Amino acid sequence: MLQITNLSNTVADKPILKGLSLTIQPGEIHAIMGPNGAGKSTLAYTLGGRPGYEVTGGTVTFQSNSVRPELVEGLSFSGDKREEKDGASTGSARTDVGAIDLLALDPHERAAAGLFLGFQYPVEIPGVSNLQFLRESLNSQRKARGEAPLSGGEFIKLAKEKAALLGMDMDMLKRPVNVGFSGGEKKRNEMVQMGILDPKLAILDETDSGLDIDALRIVGAGINAIMRKPDKAVLLITHYQRLLDYVKPDFVHVLAGGRIVKSGGPELALELEREGYAEVVAA
Amino acid sequence: MTEVKDAAARDAAKKLETYEWGFSSDIEQDFAPKGLSEETVRFISAKKNEPQWMLDWRLKAFALWQTMESPDWAKLDIAPIDYQDAYYYAAPKPRKELASLDEVDPEILRVYEKLGIPIAEQEVLAGVAGSRKVAVDAVFDSVSVATTFRKELEEAGVIFRSISEAVREFPDLVRKYLGKVVPMHDNYFATLNCAVFSDGTFVYIPEGVRCPMELSTYFRINAENTGQFERTLIVADKGSYVSYLEGCTAPMRDENQLHAAVVELVALDDAEIKYSTVQNWYPGDADGKGGIYNFVTKRALCQGRNSKVSWTQVETGSAITWKYPSCVLSGENSVGEFYSVAVTNNRQQADTGTKMIHLGKGSRSTIVSKGISAGRSNNTYRGLVRVAANAEGVRNFTQCDSLLLGSECGAHTVPYIEVKNPSATIEHEATTSKISDDQLFYAMQRGLGQEEAVALIVNGFAKEVLQQLPMEFAVEAQKLLGISLEGSVG
Repeated sequence: MLQITNLSNTVADKPILKGLSLTIQPGEIHAIMGPNGAGKSTLAYTLGGRPGYEVTGGTVTFQSNSVRPELVEGLSFSGDKREEKDGASTGSARTDVGAIDLLALDPHERAAAGLFLGFQYPVEIPGVSNLQFLRESLNSQRKARGEAPLSGGEFIKLAKEKAALLGMDMDMLKRPVNVGFSGGEKKRNEMVQMGILDPKLAILDETDSGLDIDALRIVGAGINAIMRKPDKAVLLITHYQRLLDYVKPDFVHVLAGGRIVKSGGPELALELEREGYAEVVAA
Repeated sequence: MTEVKDAAARDAAKKLETYEWGFSSDIEQDFAPKGLSEETVRFISAKKNEPQWMLDWRLKAFALWQTMESPDWAKLDIAPIDYQDAYYYAAPKPRKELASLDEVDPEILRVYEKLGIPIAEQEVLAGVAGSRKVAVDAVFDSVSVATTFRKELEEAGVIFRSISEAVREFPDLVRKYLGKVVPMHDNYFATLNCAVFSDGTFVYIPEGVRCPMELSTYFRINAENTGQFERTLIVADKGSYVSYLEGCTAPMRDENQLHAAVVELVALDDAEIKYSTVQNWYPGDADGKGGIYNFVTKRALCQGRNSKVSWTQVETGSAITWKYPSCVLSGENSVGEFYSVAVTNNRQQADTGTKMIHLGKGSRSTIVSKGISAGRSNNTYRGLVRVAANAEGVRNFTQCDSLLLGSECGAHTVPYIEVKNPSATIEHEATTSKISDDQLFYAMQRGLGQEEAVALIVNGFAKEVLQQLPMEFAVEAQKLLGISLEGSVG
């Protein structure tokens, strides 16, 4: 689903990622752990396409949602060449495309292609209700995919259902985006957004930070309910093992010095928790 | 109706950085001689078959104006205006008295259709039982060409006329109030308006009447090089209520066009006037060429006990905006409100705000101003809260928020507070913020394009004001904010 090959980047001219490679298949949950400053959040922002996170080398390909190519500016398909050779045209019909070059897309195009970023620090947008924000976002995505917009009624029904998964009531969805929310509420709100936007790949940046034990269990259950499906995948960025008690990863990676330095199964997270990064990275 | 407006707004949104409504229609004009002289004033008065007292009033104003100088205290950079190089009167060729919409010049109707606000919508609305109705006193250039719903309004006792008609039909009423709120000598542009005002609207709501529909006037400047000098007078008698909407668009022109309107509101005991404006005149191009000069004097007199006037404005257009809708709160326990969103982009300049003059005991005022600056524009809030020595128990709350897009624009807040009575409670809050990269990226990561993200964030910023608008305007205004800021980020 996601193939990162030799990815390098700079932030404010400072190299952060230095040849990072990672492959995620559909149905998998990966966890990335690592010491502060290793480049974990930088990886998330770079995949999301945040301005200022300059890619200096490497490729990222993404098995996207169905996208009508002509609706997504700058979209280039690795499958195109093969099709051109065959003399076939992608046409205007919706095509379940092959791997797309993620780095060629703007942030909102990546979102429409099925990429969701759970923010470590969710942003406040005063005066804009959660419902309005999400409905406009979802319908923008649907438009880019050539799908009809959801009506008000359809959207409210969807929002109610997903909010219930995370134990949030509608009053909270009517409040301005993240304004006056506690740290835990903001993180739960991120998960409600994920549920409504229904991405193929979720990159969750320290979604567990700021959560108490009960909230952690609710968020964990939410991630499983929304994302643990054969055609979806999750990349969890976390410092701690505790989220992984609720969302069992298939793979655990250690990110240090801008690269994946060690990969393993769930047991690697326990080892890290026990022995610390220094030990494991050095080993 | 909303569908029509939505469609128009969507179409407009597609045209980046161009002015959608920049067309001019070809209607035979009846021009006053070019330039400004006593002859011009007499020509206008004669064209309108005005009584002698009206002509005398105009001539007195003209003589006064010649002794005055253009104000320069605002934070505006205004190129010198050649008042002789303009026409002061342009009217569609008079046809016989209009009995119905069918008789309106089809060319005029077509212009309104292009704007997405066809007069025909009135009839549609009228056919829907129980739905809110909007009466349009359609000001096309300078002469009212159609006045609708007059009958229903008349049954309620409401007088809704072009000011020219009102001068002829209700001279006593007009004479009693004209120039009482904004005196002839008030300021340079108001005095000019007194001399050459071309047309406008007169509304009188009798005692105890709640106006049965929203009243709206769509202004439109159409003739090349023709200044438009509207005059509006609204009188709400005891215990009455009226909501008045004013919305504007203008065709694209290279020449700067001068607009110097005067709006006077009078609220008697227990009366309430709600005056809403969406101003979308041509702002000039990205380099500041062309665009409307909008020098407007709007003032309300809350004369009666418990009277209330609420100004709501969404100002997105014009090259230069100089406008301070104000309230003189002379009635005991009278209430003044000012809700404003002013957007400037490219080279636009806005110096706008309000004056709340507290003369009455227990009078209260609320000011909420949201300034949004982008491009290389300048946006100034200028406000005065004054409490007279014998006005006990006055309250004012002022909130001025500025939002900046980019680093080349300016936002300025100039609040004047003069309190001469120690019992007053005055609160002033001000903030300045930028649309953060964090907010933009967050919204785009959820799937919104950059322009959509900016529009959403800006609408959130302006929400307190937008929600004061009547439904007829709210959707249109929201889209306008986004359209006005296109191309301002990235």
